[in-house]
Amino acid sequence: MKKLLAGAAIALMGLTTTASADGHANYPERPMMMMVSYGAGGATDFQARIVTMTAGNEDALGMPIAILNKPGAGGRVGWNWLAGQAEADGYTLGAYNVPHFIAQSIKGGVEYSADSFEPIANWGADPAVLVVGKDSEFNTLEDVVTFVKANPGKLTTSGAGLFVGHHIAALQMEKAGDMKMAYIPTKGGGAAAMKAVIAGDVMAGINNLSDAYRAAAAGNVKILAVADLERNEFLPDVPTMKEAGLDVDNASVNFRGVMVPKGTPQGIIDKLAATVPMMFENSRVTGKMKAGGSPMHVMTRDEVLAMWAAREETLKELLAGL
Amino acid sequence: MEFIYYFGDVFTPINFGLLLLGTIGGLILGATPGLSPTMAVALLIPFTFQLEAAQGLILLGAAYTSTVAGGAVSAILLKIPGAPANIATTLDGHTMALKGEGAKALQLSFLSSAVGGVFGVLLLIFLTPVLAKWALAFGPSHLFWLAILGVTVIGSLDSNSVVKGLLSGCIGLWLATIGFDDIMGAQRFIFHPSLGGGINIIAALIGLFAIPQVITMFAKGRKDDGAEAIQVQKHPIKGAITELLRNKRAMGIGTLTGSIIGLIPGVGGQIAGLVAYDQSKKFSPDRDKFGTGHPEGLIAAESANNAMVGPSLVPLLTLSIPGSPTAAVLLGGLLIHGIFPGTDLFDNHPDVAWTFINSMLIGQILMCIFGLYVAGMAAKVAQVPQSMMAAIVLGLAVFGSYSVQSSMGDVYVMASLGVMMYFLERFGFSAAPLVLGLILGPIAESNFIQGSMIASATDGMAPYFLTGTLNLFLIAVVIASILYSGYMELRSRRYTSKEEIME
Repeated sequence: MKKLLAGAAIALMGLTTTASADGHANYPERPMMMMVSYGAGGATDFQARIVTMTAGNEDALGMPIAILNKPGAGGRVGWNWLAGQAEADGYTLGAYNVPHFIAQSIKGGVEYSADSFEPIANWGADPAVLVVGKDSEFNTLEDVVTFVKANPGKLTTSGAGLFVGHHIAALQMEKAGDMKMAYIPTKGGGAAAMKAVIAGDVMAGINNLSDAYRAAAAGNVKILAVADLERNEFLPDVPTMKEAGLDVDNASVNFRGVMVPKGTPQGIIDKLAATVPMMFENSRVTGKMKAGGSPMHVMTRDEVLAMWAAREETLKELLAGL
Repeated sequence: MEFIYYFGDVFTPINFGLLLLGTIGGLILGATPGLSPTMAVALLIPFTFQLEAAQGLILLGAAYTSTVAGGAVSAILLKIPGAPANIATTLDGHTMALKGEGAKALQLSFLSSAVGGVFGVLLLIFLTPVLAKWALAFGPSHLFWLAILGVTVIGSLDSNSVVKGLLSGCIGLWLATIGFDDIMGAQRFIFHPSLGGGINIIAALIGLFAIPQVITMFAKGRKDDGAEAIQVQKHPIKGAITELLRNKRAMGIGTLTGSIIGLIPGVGGQIAGLVAYDQSKKFSPDRDKFGTGHPEGLIAAESANNAMVGPSLVPLLTLSIPGSPTAAVLLGGLLIHGIFPGTDLFDNHPDVAWTFINSMLIGQILMCIFGLYVAGMAAKVAQVPQSMMAAIVLGLAVFGSYSVQSSMGDVYVMASLGVMMYFLERFGFSAAPLVLGLILGPIAESNFIQGSMIASATDGMAPYFLTGTLNLFLIAVVIASILYSGYMELRSRRYTSKEEIME
């Protein structure tokens, strides 16, 4: 038995040395795992499953990617795990949500920051939009701004929680318009926040474009403005906040992509960074994403690094007063 | 009547095969402690990628229906509720099994599940537009009062002493505060990294119910006389049907409460069974028999938790708002095929919508048939010697709590809560009120905070929480519930001797 164990240990060591000696040319040699820090069925989980479904193809990574859900505390549980406990061997990937994890790391109480992870590629960008109930008296962003300026702190506005894209958008609106809204974070994510708008519990809401697009298509809400730099292809008739008179940029856009924990070998990062964006461009992936109403925005590793740095700066400034 | 037109689609060979697969698979998954309906449905989602939209939904719908009912099997035979929906089932179901009536309890539970379930789906078919308005009527203030109503029944739930019931309810409320608070982002009582995400309800459920059982079984296993497994007497299905017909009141209360509570987004599934159990106890002339293996309690709980399945999908199908975690997973299953729930679903894809709803109707009946077959085999499960059973249950408990979020942290939480509960049970506390506190705490708290934020931005606290028909109605029910409990407590005190109180 002892001999057997020793033999197995030597064989294992042999395996690992060959893997690193050839500059990770054979990577990946076994299936990989991607951690999603939100529950099964949520938007991030749903999109992560679609964009990784072609990973096993020969022209992509050649090995499948399994999704591992580690939900809890607005994503903090999963990201804490990825930063602290996950093995940086290239077989453990993670999905990121910006601005969420960067804003959380600025507010503290977590074991990660933007420096704990290495981005690989971005797959989606879901801008925050301002919605009101279908019977609301507000028809444009100007109507809302006029009301807020006349009634400071009276416009109840629902969003998915604190320090998520929706909250950032509300803070940016307040700053741009020099006004005060009443931001109401809901438990239960974007769906609960949307319910509050449809049911009339609140006067307005900030929500994901993808969810709002569905709700508007069903005739339950009106979408007044998009917090992004350009109009969205799903909603060509809805103006950006900037067009409508509020100087709000794309800092609240919910970017979703793939990252690995810091310490992953550079050879593996390079290989992933070269392959993964192509995997996202696969026509089966783009077709499913479009059908599901999920806006795609593929960015390479270098572009994501720049985006993370820019977000961190904006968020530090925005959250300084809170 | 549009739905009848699409009935044929359910019976095409592939669709019906999927329906059978979903039902049988769901029963097995549901009977496994720790595999909640939400997880079972989430596990199946990747398989639906390859199927057509209607076929995928048939599989998911059947699995949802039968996992809820399947949870009763472990609740009755092992006293481990498969999901929060089955907590109330343990109270009378497991005591029946201890008396040797395990087969009867299972038959009753599947029959009443089917009756409740069919009623719930019929509501979904005929009253969806009306129900959608009702689902939206519950704002933060109403949900707060509803949670308080739940708190008022904590004391009288499965406990000989109201004080002990309230105390364990308080422990549950405290446990619920652990973790990151979702609304304000504050960190509370996180003294170990495993607690960062708070106490997961499924892990807690397994720990609180299964571990004391396991310890007791191991302890008995040391003695020769206690090693005997529980007996299961054979029971004819006909007998179960007549028993069910005798208990029309419990059946009606369970079905109605389940349907109404199931509608309310975010609350429904978890407390439907408990509320129905409590209500039928209050309306029953045999209320003293509840908790001692009384069929009425079992029937109310099981009909309620399956009646909730249909209405819980109303907010999703009409407004595109998932009202429960399971509904959120189903939403993913629809979106993957490019179908948006809401008017789009019924106008442009009626074949998908109605085939799905019809398959749930048929699924309820199939579930009942297979369930009754399972009930016949219950005797075999119960013949496993206790020492072996303890090992199996312990294994399932670890597996179940780990698989909820693939986290060892949940296993530690499960184990420590379980050991704590073992000692609490020895002092006469019981797990059901504790779990109810754990479920209701976050609902009451988050809705109170949200409500007060909205109130302070608008008309102020008192008008927001204390006016409006629905608020006043809920407050009246809360007061009635408290007065009733007080009255019952006083009345029973009068007949209790000092010695009995001391005990």
